[in-house]
Order: sequence, then C-alpha cells, then structure tokens
Amino acid sequence: MSRRPYIRPVSKVSWWLSQPRYIRYMAREASCIFIGAYSGVLVVGLIRLSQGAAAWGAFLETLQSPVSIAFHLFALAFALYHTTTWFNVTPKAMPLQFGQTPVPGGAIIGAHYLGWILVSGLILFLVGV
Amino acid sequence: MSNRIVELEILRYNPETDEEPKFQTFSVPCAEDWVVLDAINYIKDELDRTLSYRWSCHMAVCGSCGMMINGEPMLSCKSFLRDLPDRIRVEPLTNFPIERDLVVVMDDFMDKLDSVKPFLIPREEKTVDEGEFLQTPAQLSKFKQYTLCINCTLCYAACPQYAHNEGFVGPAALALAHRYNLDSRDVGRSARADVVASNAGIWECSFVGACSEVCPHGVDPAAAIQQTKIASSVDYFRDMLIPGRRS
Ligand code: FES
Repeated sequence: MSRRPYIRPVSKVSWWLSQPRYIRYMAREASCIFIGAYSGVLVVGLIRLSQGAAAWGAFLETLQSPVSIAFHLFALAFALYHTTTWFNVTPKAMPLQFGQTPVPGGAIIGAHYLGWILVSGLILFLVGV
Repeated sequence: MSNRIVELEILRYNPETDEEPKFQTFSVPCAEDWVVLDAINYIKDELDRTLSYRWSCHMAVCGSCGMMINGEPMLSCKSFLRDLPDRIRVEPLTNFPIERDLVVVMDDFMDKLDSVKPFLIPREEKTVDEGEFLQTPAQLSKFKQYTLCINCTLCYAACPQYAHNEGFVGPAALALAHRYNLDSRDVGRSARADVVASNAGIWECSFVGACSEVCPHGVDPAAAIQQTKIASSVDYFRDMLIPGRRS
C-alpha cells in the first residue's frame, strides 16, 4: 500500500475570512494602524507648535475639517477596540494566584481599567483641565 | 431509534486512486443521543466499510477522533447531533496532510511534542524506592489545567500561524512545555528554552487565541504561550544585566 498524503491548499490572502474569530483577530491587529496614524497626527501637531502661533493655529484649523473629524472618530473607535480587546486578554498573560486561589480574571481586567482612568485623570489634571 | 435522518457530507480521499479529496454524502438514521462519531460508525458498519477514521474511547479522553465538523475542529465523540443541523460536513482536521479519508498525518505534531521535552526533569533522579517528589496542592494548582491536554491537536487545526508556518512548534506542545516549566519538581526550563523560546516557538504566536477557544478540555494554550513570552523576556533582560548569569 502506497502512502501519498494530500496537502490541502491554504489561501495566503483570504484565510482570515473563513472564521469569525479570525476576522475579530484581524480587526484587533488592524486597529494599530489607526493608532499609529493618530500618533502621526500628534507628532505633526508638536512640530507645528514648535513653528510658532500661526502654524499652530493653522494646524488647529485643519483638525476641524470634516475629513479630520471623520478620521478622529474612526481612530477613537479603533483605539477603544484595541484597548478593550487587549485589556480583556490580560488575565491570560498575567494570571495571579494567592496560594491555591486564582485572582478572578474580572479583577485583573478591572485593575487595568482603573489604571487607565487614573492615568487619564492625572494627565488631564497636569494639563489643567 | 428516532426518525431523524442526518446527511453527512464526508471528505473522502483514497491515496491509491484519488488525485484529490472529494465529498461523499451519506444519509444516516440517527438516535436522539448520538454524537457525530456514532453516525460515522453507522456508515462504517452499514453503508461503506472502506471509510477510514480514528477513534478509541468514545468519551473525550483519548484525543483520537478530532475532525472538522461544519468547519470547526471538534472531537466527533463529543459533538452531539442534537446540537447540529440536518446536514453536517465532516472533514479531516485542517493544517495536517490527509493520509486517507478522515485520517491525518500527525508525525509533525509528534516530533514537535517530543522536541519540547514534555516530561519531568527533576533536579536529581530518584529511584522509586527513594520515594515521591512531593508537591503541595497550591503548587499543583499553578499548572493543573495544562495537564488536561489529550493531544487531540484541535488547537493545531484552529491555529492560522501553524497553517502558514510549518515550523511553528504550535499550541499544545508549547502549553505542555509551560506545564512542566511551572512544575515545582522540574528544573528543565533552560533545557526546553532552545525550542520553546525560539522564533519557531513562542515568538511565532501572534495571540489569535483560536487554540484556547476550540480546546475540548478547557486548556488555555494561548495563555501558556503569552506567559512563556513574558518569562523568557525577563530571562533575556536578566541575562543581559546580571554579569555571569548565563554560563
Ligand atoms: S474517541 Fe477518544 S476522544 Fe473521541
């Protein structure tokens, strides 16, 4: 009897469309593109700020265009998706255990949200909001 | 036996006569409490004796009956027909070559499992007469979930990294390596690191998490791999910062 194992082809391009869980994964990974783009906008803002009041004013003006607002809404949505999906998997990467009792995943996730709120509050306080 | 007729579309492949696999449909009269494996056994007993597939325990313990059931990697002995539609597509586990019908070639997984040294490496060997290596319940609870792996390879069928990178050591083998690394009686972590902490090991994983979702025993290989990434990063920085640490 001859062996002739058959290898099924795997699509390099569309594999992630075959399962909802792969689509969720790709969405999580793609969210970093918007976060990267938003960081780019911030850096441009800093450069404009260093160029004086007129440049900074023009930058603020550009931010108010419909395209810019649409981009920022997209970036916000993806940033929230990115943050929540990563926070939700933190108990897997950083499980805690006291003796035989594991710390519930919800507490580890909650601690991350708490840290997020505290750091955001601190930054808002420092910039004088 | 109830009157429910289930259509099973089974991917068949005969290496002696077929150029490629093709589906064959069987109508199976099913009982209310049947699982997919029962329907396949019915086909083997009553309709087509040439059908090849693996199974043994019929109780989700031996890990040999994994198949793609409507596109999802599952144990066929744990997949109740009452939870499935009247038309069920059954294929051999994806990401493995097909040996024949529903039987896949598992050699690659076996080699990878072997490569992570999935056994206890104690500080010093003891004979049975010298007694056991003792462990407290708290120490056991750190890794107990990973001992539940039955090597069914559903996680390999679910993993897109394994699908695209043949060399990837993969979820179950890395989870088992982690299981021994966490064991208080074991000192084999550095002996496993060459494979586990390599590019083909934990760093190939991009945390899709599909492995943990499909595991029939609730083992969490994705968690094991992320924890190993953290531990091996800590090792890396310690080796760099503490002179003479790595001999
Ligand atoms: S037959 Fe043993 S796990 Fe299904």
